This record gives sequence, C-alpha cells and structure tokens, in this order.
Amino acid sequence: MDNALTRRYAILAGASGALSLGALPALALTEAGARALIGNVVADINRAINSGKTGGALFSDFEKIFTKYADVPTISRSILGPPARGASNAQLRAFSQSLTGYLSRKYGRRFRDFKGGEVEIVGARKLKSFLEVRGLVKAPGSAPYAVSFMVSDRSGRDKFFDMLIEGISLLKAERAEVGAILDRVGGDVDKLTAELRRLG
Amino acid sequence: MIHHPSFSRVCALPIAIFIGLSACSPTPQGGGISDPYESANRVSHSVNKGVDTAVLRPVSQAYGTVLPNGVRRSLSNFASNLDEPRSMVNHIVQGDLEDAAHTFFRFAVNSTIGVLGLFDPATGDFGLAERETGFGDTLAVWGVRQGAYLELPLFGPSSERAALGLVVDIVTNPLSSITNDSTEASVATFAPPVLNTRYELSDTIDALLYESEDSYAQSRLFYSENRRFQLDGQNSAESTFDPYDEIFGEVEGDR
Repeated sequence: MDNALTRRYAILAGASGALSLGALPALALTEAGARALIGNVVADINRAINSGKTGGALFSDFEKIFTKYADVPTISRSILGPPARGASNAQLRAFSQSLTGYLSRKYGRRFRDFKGGEVEIVGARKLKSFLEVRGLVKAPGSAPYAVSFMVSDRSGRDKFFDMLIEGISLLKAERAEVGAILDRVGGDVDKLTAELRRLG
Repeated sequence: MIHHPSFSRVCALPIAIFIGLSACSPTPQGGGISDPYESANRVSHSVNKGVDTAVLRPVSQAYGTVLPNGVRRSLSNFASNLDEPRSMVNHIVQGDLEDAAHTFFRFAVNSTIGVLGLFDPATGDFGLAERETGFGDTLAVWGVRQGAYLELPLFGPSSERAALGLVVDIVTNPLSSITNDSTEASVATFAPPVLNTRYELSDTIDALLYESEDSYAQSRLFYSENRRFQLDGQNSAESTFDPYDEIFGEVEGDR
C-alpha cells in the first residue's frame, strides 16, 4: 500500500470516526477518497514547482508524480489507440515510458508558469463509473480557472486518468496529437515511441 | 449562465484562432463538433497562423514589453466595459434576469468608480465578476444547434451558430451608435484585449500553434471542449471520454 492510499485511509478513518478498514469493500471509490488522492497530487505538484528545481530535474519530479497517481497503463493504451491491440508487451512498456516522459515535459512546462499559484479543491461528484474532482487554479494576476481530475478505481486502485482545464480534456487532446504523430511515422509504434522521446 | 469571462472573451475574439478546436472530424469523440468543411477550414487555419507569425505575435510581444501590466489591464478593462451593455441585453433575451442585473450593476460601478471602465472595482471590491455573453450564447439558449465547425479567417475557431452570433454582436456594437468613426472605435476596443491575451498566454499559444503535430486538430478540439464548458458549465464533464469502456477487456486480460 503506497503513501497515497495510506493517507487516504487515514483521512477516511478520521472523517468517519469508528470506520474500520475491514468494513470497507476492497478499494471502493468514494468522493472523500478521490478528493484526498487529488489533494495529494496537487500538494506534490506544488512542492515540485516550489522546490527551486528547473529543467530536467523538475520534469523528472513531475514524471514521478504522474506515475504514482495516474493510471499510466490505461492512459497509454487509450492514447495509442487501436495499434495497442497489435503491440507486444515490450512495445507497450516502451511506449508507455516514452509517453510518460513526453507528457511530463510538455505539461510540466505549463505547470511551471503557475509558480506562486494554488489549486483549491472545490468539489467531487460521481459521473458514470468514475468520479470528477473539481478544482480552481488561482494564479497571481489572472482570473481563476477550472481544472478537473477524473478518478477511477477500475485499474484496481484509485488513480486519475484525465485532467480537464476549462473543460478541455488533456486525454482527448493527446489522443488526437499522438494519433497525428503516429500517422506521420506510418503507423509504426516503435518509431512513435522514439519520436515521443524527442518531443514534449 | 455563462460564467467564464476570460475564456469566453478569448473565444469571442480573433485571438480565438489560437485557442479553439473540437474533435476528430468523421466521428467526433465525446460529442465533438462535426467538421464537413475541414479542407476550407484548414486553409483559414494556415492563413491565421501566417497572420500570427507575421503580425499578431510580434506586435503582441512589443505591446507586452512596452506597456506595463497595469496599463495593459486598464486598456483591456476599458474595452470589456464597453461590451457590458451587449452582455446585459443578451442575458435579458436569454431570460436570465439575475445575470442581467449583475451585469448592470457591474457596468454602473466600473463606469463610475472604475473611471469609465479603466479599472475593475466591481470584481475586486463588490464580488461582481464579469459574466460576459453574446448573441452566440443567446442562440444556444434559444435551442439553435451549433452546426458545423468553422475556422474563420482572422476570427479563428467558431461554429455556424457562433459565427452568426459574432456578426450580430459586431453589427449591434453599442459603440457604432455613439461615434461616427467606428473603425477607430473598433480598433480601440478590439486590439488591446487581443494583444494582451496573445501576450499573456504566449507560451501556451506558441505551443499549440507551432509545436503541435496538428495545430488545426488541436485548435478544433480546444474550441469545442471549451465552448461546451462555457455553455453547460459542470454538465459538460458528462461528455468525458471514458478510456475504460474502450479497453477494459484488454486491460483485464493483460494482468
């Protein structure tokens, strides 16, 4: 059980008083659990941004945060799309690794711009089979804007699989973007993996 | 009902060129926008990119470098204050009297205490944040369908419905009735917010336009997702793409 989950249960237990772990279904997704998970994500991102690290060291911190809290296998398969079905496990692992670095550099650069800002979690609610945790990003000198994390336990653990900024899904954006790169390299998954190592 | 002032302003303006987009054309994901005019739209997109590279980007950099933040903010405030009557009228015809009253008080406060709109005490001191709207939103409230995706030359990502709204907004601009020189007035109210947004979101817009593999597709996706978010607020998340539905069986088999 990793730290996030330990903390999640600590919060759950604290909130509900005498709730025993044994009484909980294995890893049921709850609003409190999802909020706590995203609270940890936000705290870790803030810590990284304000650590004074720059460039590669900072992006590597973001990569660790992403790997820890996001459902990386599902995100990878979804972004790769239909070719995921024909790919070997080794190819998928390599793609997933390269994608993680690409996303961490690309979005890490954006996060860096919000140094001094803060994310306030304003609510959580159930949508279909997952939960949306809604937040407001308050950066100095600009109007607050909305960010949402989509959290699911269908991987076996509570993990986030999408992040929406003012309604714009980064999962959808990357499915389109990586799909376009895949087209350029003639549908070759290995070439795509190599490209993503370079980009972002 | 439209409570996302900074983004709605952005998308209502030519700068929206850089922010907009929907999903992939034939079968859009998660209720994305249809794009039967994709080839013409892509031509507009290259024109818009060219205009950005040659004019908007360099001019906005100069604008942002020369003018201090406070001055830029005031010029943008002044411009958006002049749009408040339009927002108010549209809130009324949308049947949203609360937002109409909110917008009326905001306009009253900023036009007086805020020195003709140069400052925005309504947001800062009165908790009356901007609730911008326009005729495109009104058409949506009236039940007019969004129609096809359009990337307009200079004005950027739009839809058939939003483009009609834009035309009506321009024609009914209250400024044209109080000044004879409407071109000058348009430039004064139009340029500052566009330049300021292009400057402040410079890194994000540069990444979208110049680093994307397919900047047209990304703009279209951003536009349609953000537009739905502006119109439906929270409900727009209902259209979230669920990757588990698509690959759940495979993920199971893999473990």
